[in-house]
Amino acid sequence: MTVIANTLIVITISVGVLFTLVTMIGILRLPDVYTRAHAASKSTTFGVLSILLGVFFHYWLKEGLFSIQLLLAIVFLFITSPIGGHLMGRAAYISGVEKSPLTVGDELEEVVEEAKRKARPRPEID
Amino acid sequence: MKTNDVILQTTTKVVFFIIFIFSIHIFFAGHYTPGGGFVGGLLTTGALILLLLAFDLKTVQKALPFDFMKVVAVGLLLAILTASWPLFVDLPFFTHAFDDFNLPLFGETSLHTAMLFDLGVYLVVVGAAMTMIQTIGGDT
Repeated sequence: MTVIANTLIVITISVGVLFTLVTMIGILRLPDVYTRAHAASKSTTFGVLSILLGVFFHYWLKEGLFSIQLLLAIVFLFITSPIGGHLMGRAAYISGVEKSPLTVGDELEEVVEEAKRKARPRPEID
Repeated sequence: MKTNDVILQTTTKVVFFIIFIFSIHIFFAGHYTPGGGFVGGLLTTGALILLLLAFDLKTVQKALPFDFMKVVAVGLLLAILTASWPLFVDLPFFTHAFDDFNLPLFGETSLHTAMLFDLGVYLVVVGAAMTMIQTIGGDT
C-alpha cells in the first residue's frame, strides 16, 4: 500500500514538474504572443493540476487528511487558467500585437471587421 | 465596437461563488487554522472586484446596494461593542468568553466572542477596500 501510494505521488508530481518545464521552454522558444499563450495556458494548467493532485494524494494517503481545499483549488484553476489565457490572447489581438509570419489563416479578422462595420452609425433609421 | 465578454461573465458567475464560499470558510476557520477576519475580508473583496471587472460599476452597485462606508461603521461598532461589554460586568476590557453549544444542524459547536470581533474586522476590511475601489473606479 505504501509503495502504491509513493509511486502515485511521485508520478503525479514528476509529471507536473515536467509539464511546467515544458511550458517554460515553450514560452522561451515560441515565436509570437498567441503561441506563447497557447503554451502557457494549457501545459502549465495541466502541470499545476498534476502537482496539486500529487500533494492531495500525499496528504490523503500518507497523512490521512482529506483536503477539500486542494480539490477546490484544482477545480478553480481548471476553470480560471484557460480563461486567463483567453483574455490575454484577446487583449493582445484587439490591441494589435503582430502575428508571427508563419501564421496561415486569421478567421477572427473578418469577424472583427464585420463588427466594426456594423458598429458604424447608419444614416437611415432601422 | 461592442465588446463580447460572454466567456468572462459566465465564468465569473461560477467563480464568484467559489471564492466567496472559500472566504467564508477562511473566516470561520481562523481560530484553529491560518485565516481569519482580515484574509477572509480581502478574499470577499477579491470576489467583488472580479464582479466589478466582468460587469460594470452600476450593475454591481444595483446587485449589492450597500453603502460600504456604513459597512465600515457597522464593523467598527461591532468590534468596540465586543471589546467593551466586559466593562459592564466588572471584567477587564477585551475579556472574551466562550462556551460549547449544541446547535441543531452543526452539532457540538464551541462559540467564542472573538468571532464577533473578527466579524468586525471582516466588515471593516470589506467596506474599506470596496469604498476605495468604487471611489477610484467611479465618477463621483
